[in-house]
Amino acid sequence: MAQLTPTAGSGRRPRPWRGAVLLVAGLYFLVPMAASVWFSVDDPNGGVQFDAYTGLLSAPGFTDALLLTLELAAATVVVLLVLLVPALIAARLGTARMRAVLEVVCTLPLVVPPVAFTAGLIGVLRWGPDHLMDTPFFQTIVFVQQPEFPLVLVIAYVLMSLPLAYRALDAGLRAVDVRTLVEAARSCGASWPRAVVTVVLPNLRGALLNAAFLTLALVLGEFTAASILGYQPFAVWVYSVGNSQGQMSVAVSVLSLLITWVLLLLLAAAGRERRPAPARS
Amino acid sequence: MTTAPTPVPAPAAADPSGGPGAVAAGPATPPPATRARRLRGGSWLAALPLLAFFAIGFGLPAIAIATGAFTLSSDAEAGAGSFTTANVTDSVQGAYWTALLSSVKLSALTALIGTVVGLPLAQAVVTSRFRAVREAVLTASGVLANFGGLPLAFAFVATLGNAGEVTKLFHLTDHGWTLYGFTGLTIAYLYFLVPLMVLTITPALDGLRRQWREAAANNRATTLQYWRHVALPILLPSLLGGYVLLFGSAFAAYATAAAMVGATVPLISRSIADALSGNVLVGQGNLALALSLDMIVVAVLVMAVYLPLQRRSARWLS
Repeated sequence: MAQLTPTAGSGRRPRPWRGAVLLVAGLYFLVPMAASVWFSVDDPNGGVQFDAYTGLLSAPGFTDALLLTLELAAATVVVLLVLLVPALIAARLGTARMRAVLEVVCTLPLVVPPVAFTAGLIGVLRWGPDHLMDTPFFQTIVFVQQPEFPLVLVIAYVLMSLPLAYRALDAGLRAVDVRTLVEAARSCGASWPRAVVTVVLPNLRGALLNAAFLTLALVLGEFTAASILGYQPFAVWVYSVGNSQGQMSVAVSVLSLLITWVLLLLLAAAGRERRPAPARS
Repeated sequence: MTTAPTPVPAPAAADPSGGPGAVAAGPATPPPATRARRLRGGSWLAALPLLAFFAIGFGLPAIAIATGAFTLSSDAEAGAGSFTTANVTDSVQGAYWTALLSSVKLSALTALIGTVVGLPLAQAVVTSRFRAVREAVLTASGVLANFGGLPLAFAFVATLGNAGEVTKLFHLTDHGWTLYGFTGLTIAYLYFLVPLMVLTITPALDGLRRQWREAAANNRATTLQYWRHVALPILLPSLLGGYVLLFGSAFAAYATAAAMVGATVPLISRSIADALSGNVLVGQGNLALALSLDMIVVAVLVMAVYLPLQRRSARWLS
């Protein structure tokens, strides 16, 4: 007890290990990115060329695949939010048991890997020709598999992104006193839909954006279900291109990383906007 | 934030059907019983679309797996649809068993490395003096943790593949390097697993109070002793939870392996995809479902460790 320990109140002390850790990690994470960029513009005859990027738009199937993916992503985000948001808001107002049920429902898809889930989906789709030939269900099963817009993929993607979106929205809802907001709006004479849309939802903007972004990122990169079910959205197209034109597939990888980065930065900016000074206490 | 469950006014006398979390509408007013019930009915109604969607979209495939794994497939010569354990028995034998073991081995190893590497990285970020470092690393982790699948595979092929830039620069192929094997896959997986670990463990590290470190220091504990006896035991549940999360991610991954190593590393996810595309013997059409069942069983066993741990860790760090 004779001496005051020097560590108390430190943190100013230089710590070489921290720099070393950050340096090694930085190398590991930056080198593949740099190498990919270099690979995609490296001309085998020497010099630099951007054919892999410029040729992308005219590559056969590129536009179709990209459009299909964007449509799937939009549909998935809309369906997911329409299903999840009312349920979670209601759970905040409802009983603890209901919250528990929703938590289990939204966490269960984590336990089933996408490949296994796709196997199950194919099992269900096979019931069509096997058992349901003469029932109206058969038409439904044909309908969800139409090649122009495979609804079955939307179903799969909604379920795959359910845990991510649930966690994002739940975190947002935890930070907001939904009950007080709704009761205040209700006692001012607002109807239920109005209270939710004009009072609760604006408070959840960050969480909604977050959930939408995570879902978007998942759908844009999803390969497993689409390739096994035999559709050709973007990721599957990239895979088929990768077999013949290595440079182009790497160029797409670089672009997809950039797009993810930009989306995340936009998201962070949007989230920061409505977190003004009083938030720090 | 309190760790105890939110105290409820408990209008038990007024509303006998109300469970422990009955809607708190204020204990003084008599009408809440009816109001509460209406509200609760309405809230289940709002959740109905989600639950119905889940029952169809998730329930039916689950039933398909559970029943299909134990029935003869329709391409069998005789007795299609009858009960059998042949699918499940076949799925844990020979090449399929090798693939399952290889998947588990790869996931366990990459998750372990990811945890061991992710912890010091997260600690370096958390204790960093510069806010910018923290922000940058956390944003990058958010991006990279989502950077799985095909782009990851292509990026590594461009870097360390046979014609990759780094391979060419250092003539790695002359030293026997190949990306298209177990080691290569491990290195590629860590590219998204380490950021995932950083994201998972950072809140826990933030929750380590400065006072604990000071108290340890006042008792003449060295840094090593502090970590050994104070920090790590508190972090252990979070670390194990993170490990399980990493294991699950690596175990479920399919696209990276499919695009990068092809068939050189047998993996259960690839076996399922192969079996689904009809690459099985006659009469084994339901083998894919049995393999899926195996995969789910492994995932459930691992996840079962995760959930109780989450609760325990929440007690200390909140």
